[in-house]
Amino acid sequence: MSDNENTNAVRSKMWREEPEPDNPFATRAAYIRGYDVYGEMLGNARWVDMLYMLFHSEAPTPAQADTLEALAIALANPGPRDASVHAAMCGGVCGSTAASSLMAALAVGAGQLAGGREVFLAMENWQACGTDLEAWQQRLMDPGTTPGSVWPAPEHPPGFDPHGVRTTTVVKQTLACLARYAAGTYLPWLNENLDAFEATAKAPLTLSGVAAIALADLGFSPEQGEMMHLLLRLPGAAAHALEQHPLGYKKFPFGIVELEGPELKGQS
Amino acid sequence: MSDNFGEVFHSHIWEEKAEPDNPFTAAACYCRGYDVYGDLLSKATYIEYLYLLFKGERPTQEVAAALQLLAIALANPGPRDPSVHAAMAAGVGGSPAASVLMAALASGAGSYGGGREVLLAMQAWIDCGTNLENWQRYLSSPQAPSRPLFWPQTEHAPGFDPHGVTCSTIVTQTLQQLCRILPDGQLNWLAKEQPALEKAAGIPLAMTGVVAAAFTNLDFSPAEAEMLTLLWRLPGAAAHALEQWQRGFRQFPFFSLDLENDPGVTGLKEKT
Amino acid sequence: MSGPDILKTFEGPMRTKVGACFPGERTVFRGYDLHAEFKHAEWIDLYIFSITGRRLTPIQLKVLQGIWVYTSYPDPRLWNNRVAAMAGSARGTGAQGLGAAIATSEAAIYGRQPEITVADFLIRALKRTEAGESLEQVIRQELGIHKRLLGYGRPVATLDVDERIPVTLDLMQHEGVEIGPHLKLAFEVERVLSEVAGRPLPMTYSAMVVSIPMDMGFSPLECYLYMQPCFIAGMIPCYLEALERPEGATFVMRCDRLEYDGPAHRSWD
Repeated sequence: MSDNENTNAVRSKMWREEPEPDNPFATRAAYIRGYDVYGEMLGNARWVDMLYMLFHSEAPTPAQADTLEALAIALANPGPRDASVHAAMCGGVCGSTAASSLMAALAVGAGQLAGGREVFLAMENWQACGTDLEAWQQRLMDPGTTPGSVWPAPEHPPGFDPHGVRTTTVVKQTLACLARYAAGTYLPWLNENLDAFEATAKAPLTLSGVAAIALADLGFSPEQGEMMHLLLRLPGAAAHALEQHPLGYKKFPFGIVELEGPELKGQS
Repeated sequence: MSDNFGEVFHSHIWEEKAEPDNPFTAAACYCRGYDVYGDLLSKATYIEYLYLLFKGERPTQEVAAALQLLAIALANPGPRDPSVHAAMAAGVGGSPAASVLMAALASGAGSYGGGREVLLAMQAWIDCGTNLENWQRYLSSPQAPSRPLFWPQTEHAPGFDPHGVTCSTIVTQTLQQLCRILPDGQLNWLAKEQPALEKAAGIPLAMTGVVAAAFTNLDFSPAEAEMLTLLWRLPGAAAHALEQWQRGFRQFPFFSLDLENDPGVTGLKEKT
Repeated sequence: MSGPDILKTFEGPMRTKVGACFPGERTVFRGYDLHAEFKHAEWIDLYIFSITGRRLTPIQLKVLQGIWVYTSYPDPRLWNNRVAAMAGSARGTGAQGLGAAIATSEAAIYGRQPEITVADFLIRALKRTEAGESLEQVIRQELGIHKRLLGYGRPVATLDVDERIPVTLDLMQHEGVEIGPHLKLAFEVERVLSEVAGRPLPMTYSAMVVSIPMDMGFSPLECYLYMQPCFIAGMIPCYLEALERPEGATFVMRCDRLEYDGPAHRSWD
C-alpha cells in the first residue's frame, strides 16, 4: 500500500474543477463535459440536461431530454403501497433522520421486484434480444442464474409483473407517452407489439419494464439504468416520509402477526 | 401488542384507483388531485411535478425556474465532496448501486456541506429573518439545537465555509442567478448583506448558505429543504461512482497513513 | 491558522492512532497487534474496545451482550425491522436491508434518539442531584425545556413494565454486576416523573441500556455507538422470512388501503 505522486488524484472524463487563486480547496469554475456549470448552464439548461450529461459524453437532443423528463415524472412517486415508499415512511413516521428514510427507500427499492436490479436485468435482456421476439422467447425460457450472487435468485422475468392480470392503464399510458417522443427504436416498437411481447413472458409489462426500455432507448448502460431508476424513484419516498411524520405512528398501519407452529419452544 | 394502530395509509398527496380486475394495481394515480399518468406525464415539467408533490400546488414560472436552477447547482458536488467520495469508494469496489447511493446519503447528510447544514441554516433564517443585527448576534455565537443529540456538534456557522478565504465564484454565480429570477426576498437580502454577514461569521458564504436562502425564499420548510438537498446531490455521486468502477480501483486514490502508535512487528508490548 | 491553511496541514499521509493494516504481515488496532492481543477475544470485547479504547471485565461484557440479546425482536411490524423485511420482499440484498434498517433505528420514538437523549439527561441530573438539588426540580426544569422526557413512556404498551428490564436486572444479579448510580437514578426518575406528570410514565429500556454502560464509565456517545448492532439479530429473520414468502407478498396493500384526504381531482390544462 504505497502511494506515488499521482495515486491521490481522482481521474474523470466528466468533471473538471478550477481552483480559486487564493484557495486551492475552493472551486472557481466547474465543467461538465466541457460546459461551465455555474457560469453558463445555470439559468439556461434544464435539470434533465444536466442529469443526462452526467452519464453521457454529449448533451441530449430535445427528444432525448423530453423522454427523460417524462420518465422522471412517471417514476418520481411509486406511491405509498410501493415497498420502497413504505420503507421510507417507516423511517419518517418514527422520526428517523431524513437520510435514513432515503436509505430505507433505496435498500427496498433496489431489488428485483420493481426495483433497480429488475431494471438492470431487463436492460441486459434488451441488450441481448433487442426487438427479436424469438430471442426473447428463448432468453425468458432459460434466464440463467448467477451462482454465488448476493442477489436472491430471480423469480420472474424482469420487467414483467408476476402478480399481474393484464397491462395496467398506468403502464400503457406511460409507454404511449414515452413512445411518442421517438428518442430510440425500442419504445415505438414495443408500443406497436406489446401483446406479442407480453406473450413471450406470459405476464404483463410493468412500469419498471417500461423504464428499462426507455433508459435503453436513451443510451444508458444497464449499470447506469439501475442507478437512474434508484435516483428517480426517491422524491415520492421523501415526500411521503415527510408527510407521515406529523400524522404520527399511531395512524400508520402496524399490521397483525399470527405466529405459526408451536407457540413456545424450549421453555423451562 | 394491544395498542390501536391505523388500518390504512393516510395521505393528502396520493390517491390510487384500482384496476377493476386487480385490487393490487392502480388504474389511475392522482397527485394532489391531478391524474399523473393520464394528464401530467406529457404536460408538466419534472420540476413542476416535484413542487406539486412537496408543496401541493403548481409553482409559478419564477418558482419553477429557481428550483430548476437550484437542482442543477446541486446535481454534482464533484469528486472532492465527501458524499461523492464515499459513493466513489463504494463504486470502485463494485458495491451494488443502492449501496453506492446509501454511502452518498450517509456522507452527504451532515452539518459540513450536507443536508443537515441546509436545515440548520434555514432554522437560522426562521430565527433571524432579514434583520442584520439578529444575524450578527447569531453568527457571533451560533447555538446548536439541543436535539437530537446524535448529530455531532456543529463546528461552524451553518451556511458558511469554515475553510474558505473569500466566497467562491460558483457560490457567487449561483446566488446572482437566483436573485435574477427571485428579485425580492431572502436571496436578495443575502446578496446585499453578504459582506456584513461574512464579516460577522468570520468566514465566507458557502453553497449550503445560498441553498438555504433559496429554499427559505421559496417557502420550503427546513425538513423539506433537507430532503431535497439530499436528493438533488445524488446524481453526481451516482455518475462518479460508475465512472470509477469502470476505471478500476488501481486508478482510485488510496492515500497513505502515518501510524502514530505502531507497536511494531512483535505487537505484544503491554500499553498503559 | 485559518482558512485553507488548516486543510493544507492535513494533506499528505493521514496521521492516525486508530490503526492500519500491513497486508501479508499484521494489523494494528488502536495501538495493539490485533492478532496477538485479541487472538482469543470475544467480538463484543473488541467492539467495546473499538469504542472506548478500554477492555472491560468478562462479567461486564456479559451484561452488555445480554442487552443486545434481550432487545433482538424479530417482529417485522416494528418499523426498522420492516425496512429489512421490505428489502427481502422486494428481493434486495441482505447488506442493503440491514444497513438501511440500522440507519432507520436512529428513530425519534425508539432506538438511538431516546437512548442518547436520556443518557445526556441522566448525566446532567446525576451531577446536579449529587450537588444537592432535588430530582423533582431537575425534572421540572427539563420538562420546561423539552415537552417530554425521552426514555420514559414507551410508544407501545405505554403503561406496562418494559419486559426487558426485569430480565436484565436478573442477569446483572446473576453475573454480580452492581446497580450503579446512573441506573439507580434512572429508576428514581421514573418514580418522581410519574408524580410530576400525574400519570404513570414507566421507564423504557432506552433509559436502562444507557444507564448500565454509563455506570461502567461510558459517555453518551459511547453508549450510542455501543447500541448500534443491538437490533441486528431481530432484523435478519424478518429479511429471511420475507425472502421465503413469494416476492411482493410481505405487507401486501390493496389500492383501497390508501386513504387520500387531499384536493379533489383536477386537470393540469
